[in-house]
Amino acid sequence: MYRYDQYDQQIVNERVAQYSDQVRRRLADELAEDEFRPLRLQNGLYMQVHAYMLRIAVPYGLLSAKQTRMFAHIARKYDRDYGHFTTRQNMQFNWLKLEDTPAILADLASVEMHAIQTSGNCVRNITSDEYAGVAADEVVDPRPYAEILRQWSTFHPEFAGLPRKFKIAISGGKEDRAAIEAHDIGLSVIKNAQGEIGFKVLVGGGLGRTPIVGSVICEFLPWQHVMTYIEAILRIYNQYGRRDNMYKARIKILVKALGIAEFKRQVEEEWLYAKDGPGTITNEELERVAHYFAPPAYEEITSDNAELTKFKAENKDFANWLQRNVKPHRVSGYAIVVLSLKKTEVAPGDASAEQLDFAADLADKYSFAELRITHKQNLVLADVKQSDLIDLWQAATAQGLATPNIGLLTDMISCPGAEFCTLANARSIPLAKLIAERFDNIDFQHDIGEIELNISGCMNACGHNHVGNIGITGVEKKNHDEWYQISLGGAKGHNSSIGKIIGPSFKFEQVPEVIDRLLQVYLRERIEEERFIDTVRRIGHKPFKEYVYATKIAFEVEEDIDTRSFKPVQYSVPFYSPRF
Amino acid sequence: MMIIKNKAIVNDDWVVLRLAEDETPESVTVAAVKTIVPLKVWLSQKQILQNRDDIGVWFASDERPEALKDDITKFSVIAVDFPKFTDGRGQSIAYNLRERLAYRGELRAIGEVLRDQVFYMQRVGFDAFAPRPDRDLEDVLKGLTVFSEGYQISVDQKSPLFRRVARTEASSKA
Ligand code: SF4
Repeated sequence: MYRYDQYDQQIVNERVAQYSDQVRRRLADELAEDEFRPLRLQNGLYMQVHAYMLRIAVPYGLLSAKQTRMFAHIARKYDRDYGHFTTRQNMQFNWLKLEDTPAILADLASVEMHAIQTSGNCVRNITSDEYAGVAADEVVDPRPYAEILRQWSTFHPEFAGLPRKFKIAISGGKEDRAAIEAHDIGLSVIKNAQGEIGFKVLVGGGLGRTPIVGSVICEFLPWQHVMTYIEAILRIYNQYGRRDNMYKARIKILVKALGIAEFKRQVEEEWLYAKDGPGTITNEELERVAHYFAPPAYEEITSDNAELTKFKAENKDFANWLQRNVKPHRVSGYAIVVLSLKKTEVAPGDASAEQLDFAADLADKYSFAELRITHKQNLVLADVKQSDLIDLWQAATAQGLATPNIGLLTDMISCPGAEFCTLANARSIPLAKLIAERFDNIDFQHDIGEIELNISGCMNACGHNHVGNIGITGVEKKNHDEWYQISLGGAKGHNSSIGKIIGPSFKFEQVPEVIDRLLQVYLRERIEEERFIDTVRRIGHKPFKEYVYATKIAFEVEEDIDTRSFKPVQYSVPFYSPRF
Repeated sequence: MMIIKNKAIVNDDWVVLRLAEDETPESVTVAAVKTIVPLKVWLSQKQILQNRDDIGVWFASDERPEALKDDITKFSVIAVDFPKFTDGRGQSIAYNLRERLAYRGELRAIGEVLRDQVFYMQRVGFDAFAPRPDRDLEDVLKGLTVFSEGYQISVDQKSPLFRRVARTEASSKA
């Protein structure tokens, strides 16, 4: 993975000094909260309902064992013994004190990490394919480009006060695992007919209140130009993006207002000034950065693994795990292993300090000391020898990291919801737990097969409800009750679609039964190997709707006995949300 | 009034004209002192003002630098107003004045100009800062030196870091 040189380190060190001084001035009241807010946000620090939350950048989701141990250290020393991996491949700590944050940043800088631009109206941490470099379907490894763009976007002097946040995603596989269509800029690394490398550039995609799939602005942009081209897009957006209404300030609204043809014309007119200028990426720079992502020292493995086949035949749990959590690797004799952070009792994406240390140990032992974070909030060991799979599975099982549910019902995405976020209408994480309890049976989950269930606490859609096969959204409070809307038919990837709401909303306790009914219809109607989403697309919403609303759903309100769960409160101060 | 210019605190005798609610760009009188007038005032009173050599112009954040395309060489001071310190449009206005219109005179940031934004401002071509009046200039001055390097090109640096220096892995591994 990429390693800092003296310049990277110096810039990050100077940031720690700058930020520490800002916190000092805030605590001394030399800086008003209004002035401090954008500063702390551009450093990933949010004020939440109960404490400060710090979002730490994990560039394109890649993490060393050493960095993972630092997370464990921070969890123990400054937080409540756990951290939270996000859908944008970052790490969040939820229970911090403002006074501690400078020391945390200094700790992070010592392992080449930071929290720069993980929030605020600027270019955010760039996300990428969690299987970059190892996926069997990869066309080009996107990581060198992601790193070059990370450096370009870091403290860009012109784009620190954009109308709104700006997210870039980059993918290099045939399958799009980075959801590039749902980003402000989506880049797909491709080869043209001549075998030259370039980017297909999408602009103006996004989830949120107005979900839109990005439009193609350039079919093939030679890689050398990617920085100058993106800069041209941002300059147009910085000047013309709306600033009067924050719900209309994303670039998607500008692209829609101008039309993609006119927007492209303006961008390319702007780009002409910079094209072929010094911002053009050189071969030397690409080589320098690409060198860090060279394949590790794989062993040559030719023999079949008879032991594995035997063990698999004898052990159903292991077979389930192989089927769901182990993915094909480019190199023969190797496999990609997903460590599931989705367990019945815990919030999706939470990892304890102990688990973090343990994952780091696994990485050291089995996967060249590296880990990745997936957009579904799980961890990946990307380079595991197949002959190590049994040992690894046994070890991971002991730590609760081997739930064989990747891509299944309980591999849910959930936003933080009302316990942490003041914009929320309803809780998300407790609902995720309730659903996980109801469908705990792994055989049932395997029978249902691939399905995506996503939960957001409000229409801002941080939990990707629009692209969930089943989407759950907390809606406007009626008498401060929690109500949820259920949508059906969303999907992401190249064949993405936005889900449609099935009807009137439900109470917290009713939601698991609603899901059960949707699944019953699927089980009744599916043919052969059809996935849930395929059945929905084939038969349409009607049979699902009819069955869900056919009879009343009775429910009992249970006392909340979960110690990590907090009742939502009514807030006087708006906008303390991870959405910003 | 004291301002920051070329990284030093200096006395300055330019007056920034801001229109009161009942004034219009056409009718406002520009006093016979060194005055930085709103772009709209310049455009509507150009006939009179262009004979004076003590006139500067300031841009509101929604105005376009191209509006001064034909007059740019007349000015020794141009200012850009930051109505809110989080409004980044002024950054692109400055960039365009320097890069597209090749403006070489003083470029001054006015309005909500605060310590924690001036580093970025200086990179896009501002060389003078009139901070918000409640601010200590010595303090704002410190904001100009927070970073010693930047990765990307802008007005102050025509070559990106990767073209300027030999970049090798740090000797001390993390
Ligand atoms: S703003 Fe985002 S995090 Fe907060 S409740 Fe809404 S969807 Fe969830």
